[in-house]
Amino acid sequence: MIETDQLTRRYGHLTAVDALSIRAEPGQVLGLLGPNGAGKSTAMRMIAGFLAPTSGTARVCGHDVRREPLRAKRALGYLPEGAPSYGEMTVREFLVFIARVRGLRAEVGYRRFEEVVGRLQLEDVLEQCIDTLSKGLRRRVGLAQAILHDPPVLMLDEPTDGLDPNQKHAVRQLIDAMARERTILISTHLLEEVHALCNRVVIIARGRLLADATPAELEQRSRYHGAVSFSAPGSGVSQEMLGRLPQVASIEVDPLDGRITVFPKPGVRILEPVEELLRQQGLEVSEIQLERGRLDEVFRHITTGAGAAERTA
Amino acid sequence: MSPTMAVMRRELRSYFVTPVAYVFLVIFLVLAGILTFYTGDFYERGQADLQPFFTMHPWLYLILVPAVSMRLWAEEEKGGTLELLLTLPLTLRQAMLGKFFAAWLFLGLALALTAPLWITVNYLGSPDNGVILAGYLGSWLMAGAFLAIGACLSTLTRSQVVAFILTALICVLLILAGQPQVLDFFQGALPRKLINGVAHLSMLRHFEAIARGVLDARDLLYFLLTILAWLAAGVLVLDLKRTR
Repeated sequence: MIETDQLTRRYGHLTAVDALSIRAEPGQVLGLLGPNGAGKSTAMRMIAGFLAPTSGTARVCGHDVRREPLRAKRALGYLPEGAPSYGEMTVREFLVFIARVRGLRAEVGYRRFEEVVGRLQLEDVLEQCIDTLSKGLRRRVGLAQAILHDPPVLMLDEPTDGLDPNQKHAVRQLIDAMARERTILISTHLLEEVHALCNRVVIIARGRLLADATPAELEQRSRYHGAVSFSAPGSGVSQEMLGRLPQVASIEVDPLDGRITVFPKPGVRILEPVEELLRQQGLEVSEIQLERGRLDEVFRHITTGAGAAERTA
Repeated sequence: MSPTMAVMRRELRSYFVTPVAYVFLVIFLVLAGILTFYTGDFYERGQADLQPFFTMHPWLYLILVPAVSMRLWAEEEKGGTLELLLTLPLTLRQAMLGKFFAAWLFLGLALALTAPLWITVNYLGSPDNGVILAGYLGSWLMAGAFLAIGACLSTLTRSQVVAFILTALICVLLILAGQPQVLDFFQGALPRKLINGVAHLSMLRHFEAIARGVLDARDLLYFLLTILAWLAAGVLVLDLKRTR
């Protein structure tokens, strides 16, 4: 479990993390989401014990990072931003070093080493210097380092940043596989990642907590939630007629591809009425879609002025 | 294995995977030889001892020890590995000691490789090997003191060049502190007690005492305390950096 309690960090006058209280439970993948410079990395560095909080505190598996830093660090596997590692070492040397510092006994350490190397498919590069590895491989070495001691809590700072789509997929699968019995906190600014991985999302901007919800709940906040969009090429779908439906709030037409989006009034389902209308009119619709809501729009709304002001008011 | 040992072994290994260690060793041995035979008049003195060899060590270390110590923390900070190291379950003290011992052992190795000189002296005459051993001990302790200073100053900056210059500067001050020229300069301007105090801080004085073969507990204590104080200061800086 990870808990932060009014966690605050100031650099001079700048408040990087402002009274942040979040909580992640075992079995949860909590996504820490925010624009660049929102304070995600600073918050994680405090939880990991690299930075000292200005005020407030954090607990890892119940161990306060200020009072019991070593216990907290033992319970935690941490991948710092950019996955730093000692470039002049080989992958094997590096992982052996980590195992030694973490005090893994020989037989346990060996078993874990084999398991982690297998899981992250590092067998072929074990004797290579980390400096000579590709970005994706280096990230995997960083992940291996983080999970080597089989920690109950895992914290990954932008684990897929800079990876190609296949590598991203592999890392996500790995996180997914480990999620069941662990607490995982990942930071990201990639919204697709939230969909793919997280079962809970915390959005922060300028160090402040702005939202704490499930991805589905966030999507419901989108004005696209429940909207119906369709393409009807070459036909003059009457916007007027759609507008006359009692359930419809507004209609937008994409100026580029002519795609029509119909927005419902709050809490009303409009897929059926719209389909019904289109059928009655005998209009050819190539494809029709019920929107779940757009996270990027919610994210933008929450983290830019409007949402932030609303929240603090 | 304790975290200190793990860090020490990692550091020691990292010296030898790059050519830096070998370059250092060669430069150290060549310089030590040149200084002993040419500047120190090893043969001309006609005495079977290593006095000219040890006399040059403070000046040799002045250049070479900062070169070893400058990277200790500055490199970790620059490469981002500091975050990795300090989020592993080890204390700052353990990390500092691990790094220090690795560098100190490395300098010990460099010193041990000058053994042919010792063999030469024994071949040419019959020196007092006890004095020579004391000289080696004193030299290694002095290297440790310089190293501890460098380790502390390396935490202050991410630039290895700055760490090098700062370390060399402090070390030269500590060497010169006991020289009569320096003390005479302050004669009259400062109270006598203070000048005596400064003279006692001098590395040279304590080193020369040990190198003469006189193992006084106070001289040993001087070096051990210097090492501990600077390492503690380095740990303090690292801790302050977490809150700054």
